[in-house]
Amino acid sequence: MSYKAKFRVWRGEGGEGRLEDFTVEVNEGEVVLDIIHRLQATQAPDLAVRWNCKAGKCGSCSMEINGKPRLGCMTRMSTFTEDETITVTPMRTFPVIKDLVTDVSFNYQKAREIPSFTPPADVKPGEYRMQQIDVERSQEFRKCIECFMCNNVCHVIRDHEENKPGFAGPRFLMRIAELDMHPYDVVDRKDAAQEEHGLGYCNITKCCTEVCPEHIKITDNALIPMKERVVDRKYDPLVWLGNKIFKRSGSKS
Amino acid sequence: MTQTAADSPARRQRAQIKERTLRTDQWWRYPLVTFIIFTAFLVYATWAIFDMDYFVSPYHAPFASPCLATSCPEEARLFGLAPFGDWYTWPPGILILGLPAGFRFTCYYYRKAYYRGFWLSPPACAVGEPHRTYTGESRFPLILQNVHRYFFYAAIVIGLILAYDAVLALVHKPAGLGTWILIANAILINLYTLSCHSCRHITAGRLTHFSRHPVRYKAWTVVSKLNAKHQELALVSMFSVMGADLYVRLVAKGIVSFPFA
Repeated sequence: MSYKAKFRVWRGEGGEGRLEDFTVEVNEGEVVLDIIHRLQATQAPDLAVRWNCKAGKCGSCSMEINGKPRLGCMTRMSTFTEDETITVTPMRTFPVIKDLVTDVSFNYQKAREIPSFTPPADVKPGEYRMQQIDVERSQEFRKCIECFMCNNVCHVIRDHEENKPGFAGPRFLMRIAELDMHPYDVVDRKDAAQEEHGLGYCNITKCCTEVCPEHIKITDNALIPMKERVVDRKYDPLVWLGNKIFKRSGSKS
Repeated sequence: MTQTAADSPARRQRAQIKERTLRTDQWWRYPLVTFIIFTAFLVYATWAIFDMDYFVSPYHAPFASPCLATSCPEEARLFGLAPFGDWYTWPPGILILGLPAGFRFTCYYYRKAYYRGFWLSPPACAVGEPHRTYTGESRFPLILQNVHRYFFYAAIVIGLILAYDAVLALVHKPAGLGTWILIANAILINLYTLSCHSCRHITAGRLTHFSRHPVRYKAWTVVSKLNAKHQELALVSMFSVMGADLYVRLVAKGIVSFPFA
């Protein structure tokens, strides 16, 4: 069954722009990205939108639909009422290139700032031997499709541009946690997580977890465990004393 | 104002949308309900601290347990001891309530709830916060939230004492409604305590090789299951401790006085 839906889509370049109203056909089973494509085909041929897989796996079509960060390809039109006006805007945290397309290079910059996986020097590729229970925590974080909606929604940088240089965002703090939990990674990442990548900025309000399309428990399974590891290192005198007495390295247990 | 403040060139590269949020759902409900519930809890706790009807044999109000001074009724003293002697004459809750209060204040769930409900930082996801600057828990005073695990250690002790109070009530008045209220409360308080993120970290979360520590790994899996319900346990145990405390005080005041009270 078809109906005419009311859409308001943000149009503009380099930050300057406005919300434009459209009335557009919607058919049964369609998602918001389908409607954006119909707008391109029928009313706004120069409307820019980034997309790729249409299956919720590439993380390209991140946008804000009625104010919430969502994947356009995974937001069904059936979740809206027929008389509802649906507002579609680009992600608010990143600079706009055109219309719904944002420049997410902030995230690539942050990714480069994190030292990569570093196995012990005496273990050659092909010699890694790990038990499943030792790596399964990290495996949850590997589900990330890098849609960057967690970084987009995080108020630390969404509402405070000035925090961007010192804050990696949930996606990359999760990457640090993934590596710190990895049995074959030897880099000590706790001090850097707090001092260089801004873990202390996180006030665990869980918006990253709420918007994650892969349902990764970013806050409970990555950020809070990483905060606790930082407490071990920097703020817990008993752990420090225990490390001294039992001659533990204090980095990897 | 710095180069990258709210109206900086970098900020102006983002989509210029005046509205604080374009959300159309009732995003304000969570912070509002949180504010109302927590405020009610704080008001009740403040009243309970100064209310002296905290003991009626064999029930001991949770907000005043343990009693550690000679000013407490003899039956109410923990193991009959009064380490604070007779110089301490204020209500017993003042002595100990800082420990469970500190545990809840620094709890990761409560932090989320009151940062949203009281400090509006942020009030809800994708809703602009009203503050001009933000440093979060990276510096004083909020960096002190990192003491959470020490409050967890104290909360374990308090949880055991509440369980002991419930067992005493069971021994002396097994058919009393108050006994079963105290038992339910002790179970919920201890489940909330054990579901804590710090507990999860201490059991085995800090390890990198679970396989080398099978017992700790098993404990971690159990705590992880509880931890998934930490928010629910935090709220339910908050209501249970408030309800149990109020019930004991109502019995002590004679307001509740039916045969199996």
